[in-house]
Amino acid sequence: MTPTKVRVEARDVTVHVGELRILDDVSVSIAAGEVLALVGPNGAGKSTLLGVLAGDRRPDRGEVLYDGRPARECSHLELARRRAVLTQENTVSFPFRALEVVEMGRSPWGRSGDPEADRTAVAAAVAATDVTHLLDRRYTALSGGEKARVSLARVLAQQTDIVYLDEPTAALDLRHQEDVMRTARVLASEGKAVVVVLHDLSLAGAYADRIALLARGRMVTIGAPEEVLTADIVGDAYGLEVQVIPQPGTGRPLVLPVRHPGGLSRD
Amino acid sequence: MTGAAHPRKRSLTLAAVLGAALVGGVVLSAMVGQLPVTPQEVVGGILRGLGIETTWASDDPVIDATLWAVRFPRLVMGLVVGAALAVAGAVMQAIFGNPLAEPGVVGVSSGAALGAAAAIVFGLTALGGWAVALLAFLGGLLAVLLVYFVSRASGRTEVVTLLLTGIAINAFAGAGLALLMFLGDTSSREQIVFWQLGSMNGARWPEVGIVAVVALAGCAVALFLARRYDLLALGERAARHLGVDVELLRVVSIVLVALLTGVAVAFCGIIAFVGLVVPHIIRMAIGPAHRPLILASAIGGGVLLVFADVLARTLIAGADLPIGMLTSLVGGPFFFYLLYRARKQSGGWA
Repeated sequence: MTPTKVRVEARDVTVHVGELRILDDVSVSIAAGEVLALVGPNGAGKSTLLGVLAGDRRPDRGEVLYDGRPARECSHLELARRRAVLTQENTVSFPFRALEVVEMGRSPWGRSGDPEADRTAVAAAVAATDVTHLLDRRYTALSGGEKARVSLARVLAQQTDIVYLDEPTAALDLRHQEDVMRTARVLASEGKAVVVVLHDLSLAGAYADRIALLARGRMVTIGAPEEVLTADIVGDAYGLEVQVIPQPGTGRPLVLPVRHPGGLSRD
Repeated sequence: MTGAAHPRKRSLTLAAVLGAALVGGVVLSAMVGQLPVTPQEVVGGILRGLGIETTWASDDPVIDATLWAVRFPRLVMGLVVGAALAVAGAVMQAIFGNPLAEPGVVGVSSGAALGAAAAIVFGLTALGGWAVALLAFLGGLLAVLLVYFVSRASGRTEVVTLLLTGIAINAFAGAGLALLMFLGDTSSREQIVFWQLGSMNGARWPEVGIVAVVALAGCAVALFLARRYDLLALGERAARHLGVDVELLRVVSIVLVALLTGVAVAFCGIIAFVGLVVPHIIRMAIGPAHRPLILASAIGGGVLLVFADVLARTLIAGADLPIGMLTSLVGGPFFFYLLYRARKQSGGWA
């Protein structure tokens, strides 16, 4: 599928917090059927950009368009039917069962009154995130990684055309990290636009169609993984010497820090 | 996880228990007192009131008068005040995202009492019972607003901040009440003392009507918002992502808590801990989903107060104990236990 239809677009977005400029004139557009990875060092503005894209935060300048329409004109419910968001932190105040949490993802569609659609959406979300065995447990009693997966299931159950994932792999083990990214690919193949904030550049390189590299609130570069993940660009942005090696088999870029075990350099 | 097993079965069990307790409480409460009435006479009296004549109804006009002029108003008052307080507690816990939030604990009740006391001392009785209720509502509203905006940070409420804010508000309202007692004459002084203790003694039908209208309307609104409260448990941001207008929900809920607490306090004084104990027990029984929680809390709160009132009337022969004192005697230690458990579970006060 060739990504053509632009689902969401940020135009010249600037965000200030006090004197500090968190985002500086950032533009990005995400098309149906693609996975865009947002990467960059801590404090680069990735989560802020995701918040602006999601309509949580109104930019001081610039605007966000959903299918060409300004996000600020959309009602809460309308936005909820267009985009789903997995936030970094997921806490639930009361001991709901995991199944109830996943079902909450269906609430924006509640008034359409189609229990069959709700059931299929929940079942599909549960299967994709490998949480079937957790459904009867209390969410508050789950481990960090289990919570993250149940929350992802809730996001998937929302069945929106745009999906934002803020560090969805942070709390997960190796296998579930790959599962989440594969799920992101499946979503894209279904024609959805997926934006993922990632710290693991190799993960971004393996699964994203495009990578947007942010540093100090500015868009450094955006493009295909091979274009963005070069030793020079990454090294500059992170202030760290890295090696980029093509993964045997796929040729996707693997980004590795140049390491000097033993602390002090030996040469 | 045993807590998650058979949620439907647990709900049915709870409904049966609450229903039985409701019927039992109503009959028991109407039976006991200086003039003993038999259960048949109670049921017959109720049926007669509904226009159904049975042989059970007593022919003794004294019994009929006792039931309809004294016991039934007090009984219904207990039901609606209990429902109002328990639902106010459940709503407050939902918007604070914290099971320890309760109108009495965080000072909403004392704020309302201060407002009601002001109405009495300054003789604002032009609107009858409604003036007292209105000022109680305003006092309660101010208190909720204060607690809400002081104790919340980034969408969550820390237990410590919540309780400290409650201490501050309770202290201020206490001082305000003392000042009003100082200013007021003897009769208003007596009335203010009555607020601090809480009682349903001398409930009359017109007052019962006011509380019932507000309580029923409040419960209906809370039930209507129940799904949104569920989503709010995910945090404000996530709730917004799911289409909830969090700001609007917050404003409506704050007004709702102030209304329910204010009207209860205006006519029955401070009856603390009902909003803490009842939703907590219901949550343990059937889980935290808010629609069943609010419905069951309304019934459970009513039942609790009816039984508490029976105790208040019978524990000491010939004396009518203040019901607020009774609920605090039970609720205080319960609150302590909750605090202790919250501390153990989260390893701190978060």
